Parts: sequence; C-alpha cells; structure tokens
Amino acid sequence: MKLQTISRTSYLTLVYLFFYIPIAVLICYSFNNTQYSLVWQGFTWDWYVELFHDSDLWISALHSLILGLSAATLATAIGMLAAVTIYRYRFRGRGFLYGLIFILILSPEIVMGAALLILFTLLRFPLGFITLLLSHTTFCIPFVIVTTYGRLVSFDKNIFEAAKDLGATDGVIFKKIILPMLWPALAAGWLMSFTLSLDDVIISYFVAGPEFDILPLRIYSMVRAGVKPEINALCSVLIFVTLTLILLSQTALRKKS
Amino acid sequence: MANNVVELRGVYKAIHDLEILHDINLEIREGEFLTLLGPSGCGKTTLLRLISGFEDPTQGTIFIDNKDVSGLQPHQRHVHTVFQSYALFPHMTVYENVAFGLRCQRVAESEIASRVADVLAMVKLEKYAQRKPNQLSGGQQQRIAIARAAVNRPRVLLLDEPLSSLDYRLRKTMQIELKQLQRKLGITFIFVTHDQEEALSMSDRVVVMQEGYIEQIGTPREVYEEPQTLKVAKFIGEVNIFDGEILEARDNRQFLVNILGRQRLMKSSQPFTVGQNVHVLVRPEDVRVWSPSEVEDTNEMFTASVDEVTYKGSTVDLVVRLPDKTQVAATEFFDEDDDRLEYKRGEQVWLNWTPGWEVVLPYES
Amino acid sequence: MKVENKFKTFSLAATWAWMFFFALLPFALVLTASFLSHSDTQLLELPLTLNNYRNLNHGIYLRIFENSIIIASTSTLICLIIGYPFAYIITRLNGYLKSLCLMLIIIPFWTSSLIRSYALIAIIKGKGVLNTVLIALGIIHDPLPLLFTNTAVIIGLVYNLLPFMILPIMTNIERLDHRLVDAARDLGANRFTTFRRVIIPLSMPGIIAGCILVFLPAMTLFYISDILGGAKSILAGNLIQNKFLIAENWPMGAALSIVLTLMLIGMILIYLWASRGNKSGEWL
Repeated sequence: MKLQTISRTSYLTLVYLFFYIPIAVLICYSFNNTQYSLVWQGFTWDWYVELFHDSDLWISALHSLILGLSAATLATAIGMLAAVTIYRYRFRGRGFLYGLIFILILSPEIVMGAALLILFTLLRFPLGFITLLLSHTTFCIPFVIVTTYGRLVSFDKNIFEAAKDLGATDGVIFKKIILPMLWPALAAGWLMSFTLSLDDVIISYFVAGPEFDILPLRIYSMVRAGVKPEINALCSVLIFVTLTLILLSQTALRKKS
Repeated sequence: MANNVVELRGVYKAIHDLEILHDINLEIREGEFLTLLGPSGCGKTTLLRLISGFEDPTQGTIFIDNKDVSGLQPHQRHVHTVFQSYALFPHMTVYENVAFGLRCQRVAESEIASRVADVLAMVKLEKYAQRKPNQLSGGQQQRIAIARAAVNRPRVLLLDEPLSSLDYRLRKTMQIELKQLQRKLGITFIFVTHDQEEALSMSDRVVVMQEGYIEQIGTPREVYEEPQTLKVAKFIGEVNIFDGEILEARDNRQFLVNILGRQRLMKSSQPFTVGQNVHVLVRPEDVRVWSPSEVEDTNEMFTASVDEVTYKGSTVDLVVRLPDKTQVAATEFFDEDDDRLEYKRGEQVWLNWTPGWEVVLPYES
Repeated sequence: MKVENKFKTFSLAATWAWMFFFALLPFALVLTASFLSHSDTQLLELPLTLNNYRNLNHGIYLRIFENSIIIASTSTLICLIIGYPFAYIITRLNGYLKSLCLMLIIIPFWTSSLIRSYALIAIIKGKGVLNTVLIALGIIHDPLPLLFTNTAVIIGLVYNLLPFMILPIMTNIERLDHRLVDAARDLGANRFTTFRRVIIPLSMPGIIAGCILVFLPAMTLFYISDILGGAKSILAGNLIQNKFLIAENWPMGAALSIVLTLMLIGMILIYLWASRGNKSGEWL
C-alpha cells in the first residue's frame, strides 16, 4: 500500500511540475536583470516599468478587455436563452440544434476562423471590433449553452409544474425560479467566455482588422519578433490577473451556494 | 346528499395511440379522502393529472364544482398538486415557498403573512419559516409542500404518491398526520398510491384501478371484504381462490355450491345460474386450521397437510396442501384460544372457514 | 398561452438566427469555396473545380498533411500515456484532495495558451533551463537542439493539450460503476487483467473523447508550431493560415478546412459507436 501511495504521489507531482515549472521560470525571468542571457543577473523591476510605459500595449489590453466583457455578456445572454429554450420546449430540429452545438465545441478554431473571414469578406464587412465581437460571441455561446443546460437538467422537473400549478406565468417562472437557480451556471459560463475571449489567438487572427488591436495578437507578433524581457513581464502580469480572477470567482461562487 | 366537488364523465385518455384510461366515470364528494389505488402503469397518476389540468382528456368531460373545466389551466381550476418529489423551490425560504401561490395571485402582503403563519402552524412548522428546503428532513419537506398547496385554499388537494420516498416508520407516522391534517383543513384529498395497506388505512373511499380501468369504488371495508372482481381481490391483500359450481339457487341470495368435494351454502349479491362455474375466495386470515387433537366434529372440515410454516411475530403464516394438491394460505393469530400455534411440516391438519366469510365471483379463466 | 408562445418564438428565432448566420452559413461558404477557383484579382471565382482537393493529394501538401498527422498522433499518444494514469489516480483520491488536484490542472487551462507556449521557449532553448540542468547533471554534454524542431512542437502541444485528455477520461472513470471492477476481482481476475478487460474497455469513450479534443487541435493550433517549430514545422493549421492570409489562395485553404472537418466527423462517429449502450460514455 505504501509503495502505491508513494509512486502515485510522485507521478502526480512530476506531472504538476511539468505544468508549472515553465510558468514559474517565466515569472522568475521577468525579474531578471539582463536583456538576453538566461543566467540570473539580479533582481529588477525594469521590465515592468518598461511595460507600464508601453502605451500601445495598454491600448491593446483595453481593447481586449472591452471585447471580452462585451462578448462574454452577449454570449451569456444568448446562450442562456438558447439553453432554456432547448430545455423547456419541444420543437422541430431540437436534436439537430443540440448536435450542432456539440460539433461547434469540437470544431478546430481555425475552420471557424476561416469560415467567418469568408463570411465577412463576402458581405464586405470591414474587419474590426464588430467582427471580433460577433466571432468571439459565436465561439463562446456553445460553452454557455452546455454549462447552463447541464445545470437545468439537474433540476427537479416537478418544480416548474408546481410553479404553474400555483399560478405562475412563464415570465414569473423565468424571473423568480429559473434565473435564481441558474445563477452559478451563468456566472461560470460568463467567466469561461471572458477567459476564452481574452486568450483567443486563432479566430482573432483571421477576423481582426488593422485598427482594433487586441492583446493576444500583440503578444503573438512580439513573440515572433524575438524574445524580449518585456514580454516576460507582460506574461507574468497576465498570469497574475488570471489567477486573481479565478480565486475571486471561486470564493464568490462558493459563497452563493 | 354531499356535493360532488369533482366529477369525471366518460373520460378516455390516449397518448400516441396508447390507451391509458378507458371510460372513467367518477364522482368525488366534498370533504372526502379518496384514494386512487393500483399497480404502476394503471393510469392513476394520469387520472390525477387530468383533474389537475396538466393533461387534457382525449374524450369525456371533467367537472369541478359542476363547471366544465376543459381547457382551463391548472391554476385556474382551484385544485393544487403535491408532487412526489415535493418540488420545493430550493433557492427560496420556507416562507417564500408557501407564499408563492398567494403572491402569484397578488394577495396583499399583510394577508399573505397571516395565512402563511396559519398554515405553518397547522403543519407544526412555524419555527422553520426562514429555513431553506435543504435544511429540512424529508417528512418536514413534505409538510411544507402540503402547506404550500393548502394555503391557497383549493377545492381539492391532489397528492401524487407523496409518501413513497419515506422509510417505513416515517410513512406510518405521516399517514396518520395526513389524515388528521385533512380533517383539520376540511379539503377534499385525492391521494394516489400503489400501497394497498396505505390506501385502506387512510381513505374514506378507495378507487381500485388496473390497466386504465376502474375495477371497483368503495370504502376500504367494501373493497377488502367484498371485492367485485378477481383483480380487486388479488390486488388487495392475499386471497385463496377455489373453483366451485353452483348446485342450487335458494332464497335470500343464497346458493348451494360444490366446492372441494363438499356442498356449502354461500351468500352472494351476484346473480348466478345453476351449473355456473364460480370462484370462491377466502382470505388467509379467515381460514382456520386445527390439529386433529383440537377438534371432534370434522364432518364439515377439509383435511390437509402442512407444507410451510412461517413465524411472523404477531401471526403464523401457513401453507397447507389439500389432497388434490391445491395449496391454501392460512394466517393464524395468537390469542387466548391458540397461544402456542406450533405446527410441523408434514403434519396433518383440519381446515375450515366461517360460513359467510367467503366471496363468490363468476369464473374467469 | 400567448405570452408563452411569444417567449418561445422569440428565443427560438434568435437562437436559430444566430446559429444560421454565424455557424451554418459560414461553413456552407467554406464548403462552396473549396470547390471554387481564384485569381490575382478575385479571392473566389468560378469555375467550380475539384482541383483543390486533387492538389491536396500530392506534392508538398501531402507531405505537410502527413507530417501534421504524425505530429498530432504522437502528441495524442503521449497525452494518453501521461494523462490516463494521471486521471485514474486523481479519481481515486477523496473529496478535498481531489478538488484541489483538479483545480491545479484547470488553473493553467485558464491562463493563455500562447503565454504558456512562450514560456516553454525559455525551457527548451539551447541555453534554456532544461539543457542547463541536464548538462549540470552530466546526463548530456552538448545542449539538445530542441527549439525549432518537430520535437519542440510536440512538447508544446502536449503541454497545452494534456488537460483536454485528462478531463474527459476523469469524467468517464468517475462514472464507471466500480462494482464491475469488484465483480471482476471477485471472479478471480488479477489487477492487470481487470485493468485490461474491464476498466479500459469501459473507459474507451472517455479515451476517444480525449483523443478528439487533442488530435484535431494538435493539427491546427498554428501558433504553437509557429513559435516552437518555426519555419521547419508547418502543420495543417499553418498551411490553412498561410493560404488564407498570405498566399491568398482561399479555395485551397477551404479545401483543407473541409478535410479537417471530415476528420472531425469521422472521429465523432467513432466516439458514438464506442459509447453505444454505454452509460459512462456521456462526458459532456
């Protein structure tokens, strides 16, 4: 028994190390007082200062934030409507719709990116914020639907009948029963959408325009241009922000339930 | 004559060509505790849903308070349902759950407060108003579910197998409580269950259903002691079934019946003709078993040997075998006459039952 | 009744409209484009042709495609080998520890995959952490030329996609009826046999799901092969990106996309076939 525990623990630890060492190294190097060498030369905040003064980067970050907030909210609204509709009603093509959502989640992003590019170009729609918003919302909606639907299915079906029995209209049922019970799933879906939007490279690569610069694409071009310490600082900041978001959401969600 | 609060006339229900209910005619009296009893799939829950309005009959009419309710939504019918899973709103407090229906009807908050307090007091859960459902036990949740329905003062309360998810002891307690509650509230209860013991102990009248048909309607006593069909007799309690033949028809609805090689005089309200084949039903607890040393006059008795003896605590269940290999179930009670009740397998015994305690029904193959 | 129908009509219309415009229609356009031609002036133009698909079948396209499949398969296999035991061990943990471990896998998943791939550069490059450590330990003498090779791409893909293999397998194993395992042991099977003949077949849907979630992205996450493999590593994803945005040969790019989609459908069918009658096959 003990051998099993030791070997299992070691295995887990190794894999976790595999996951986290690169991130840890990155964060360390962001404080490394040297331009090119990877040998430790002393602690410095320089790269963060340089980061702070890079106004272009701030603009991209702001753009990504606006895009993420909008796409997440839009995707959550539409996704919730879709999930409730699929759950509640029988309609023609219901199975097809569910299958379509399933396929959308599994589709390679590049296919979706190319497809949307063709769509927008044919419509002569200029590439920019709107195309990004529409595209991001589209790939986020299936995740919201799946999260929300999964939660809906766990409800006692009789609850809706009981509400109707007691005189509630559909509107009341939605406002006072479905929404409050769905809250954690919606929050999870929103957060997931927000993160997906913030990190998306592939689809954005296809549908972004020259004017509206977003963070991931900026980082991508910076990385391709070569390793710069400023990138390390930027990445560390983003990792930190993401971690804080996760922690916040976990504590918030735990309080709600 | 008590008022009929619910009436079903000629009701049929089919779903996708599958017939679920056939020719249902039922009158439910105001203030009574009526149970729909039957095995799974007999249609009793569907019948309940037709009354509550969650389903519409394929044919026939349903009246509530003498009004045809076809097309009326559940909440427009002044009947409320208590679901098997209770269906309490998990994110609302007990108070909000109970007040829900009243709020939908836009009753004033002050009136809501007093009515909710009253009904919670009736189910003895006044102190739990601010709790959430998941903080209550199963029995408590059930009482809240009833309170939530009852506070709206419906004409009828429909209960769909509300006790089936409770354990044995709690069930017994809740049966008594429900009965008391029904009397206190004065509302008509329509109760659905597959447990015949439950139905017999709680109801004013029982509707026995099988495969979409109503087999018999009667008081618990009528349904148990005077089953009108073999199905009812077999479903409720245990019963021994013997084959017989009508030899003579006499006055006072008496018949001479040839059974197990002997002739017995039996009573029946059914019309039989001479020569007709019949079933004679005797319940195990009506069968008396005697060991040869206990009786002298065995002329009218049947001889049998003991196959199985099962000690049940308050009774001893016997399976005895007649000379023609028929097995008979007998239940013996411990009392002053029979305080030992010891039988051995293979032992020879004498069998009898009190004349008049049997039921005669037409023969069914 | 009326209000209910309004809500239903509205939400149905909105859902279908969005799905049509941003999912079905674009895909139909890709399908159409794959049969079109192009010119210097027009991105897409008639005549209809099968040339795009024919071209895929030889020359450089075929080589790139084969290379993609090899790299993707290798990555998937490695993910499976590393991920399955990992998932299995975690499902055997209890409550608090299990949630903690699960959380520790999901956290990297929330951070940008681009950033994490970038972080790998510092590890595997010539003077990177890995080489420094290996040389210091005396395991090798010269630094391994890992960066800008297919191996680097595989490492990057595994690094990014491992959680996607672990999670479906975990879900599947969780839903496994462990009484079946007990029954097998009771009937005399040793651990290995039980594993081989009971656990693996029952967890097949989870394994296939994991493969779907790893294999196709492995072929199409072009930024990983770009950053870690450079010009030496052109996978299907890079090819599509190139065709659409650089070479402006949309029909070709479209044909490639369709081929990938067909592969996806094939894999889904395999998944459905493997999970027929198997309750623990629902991993979504």
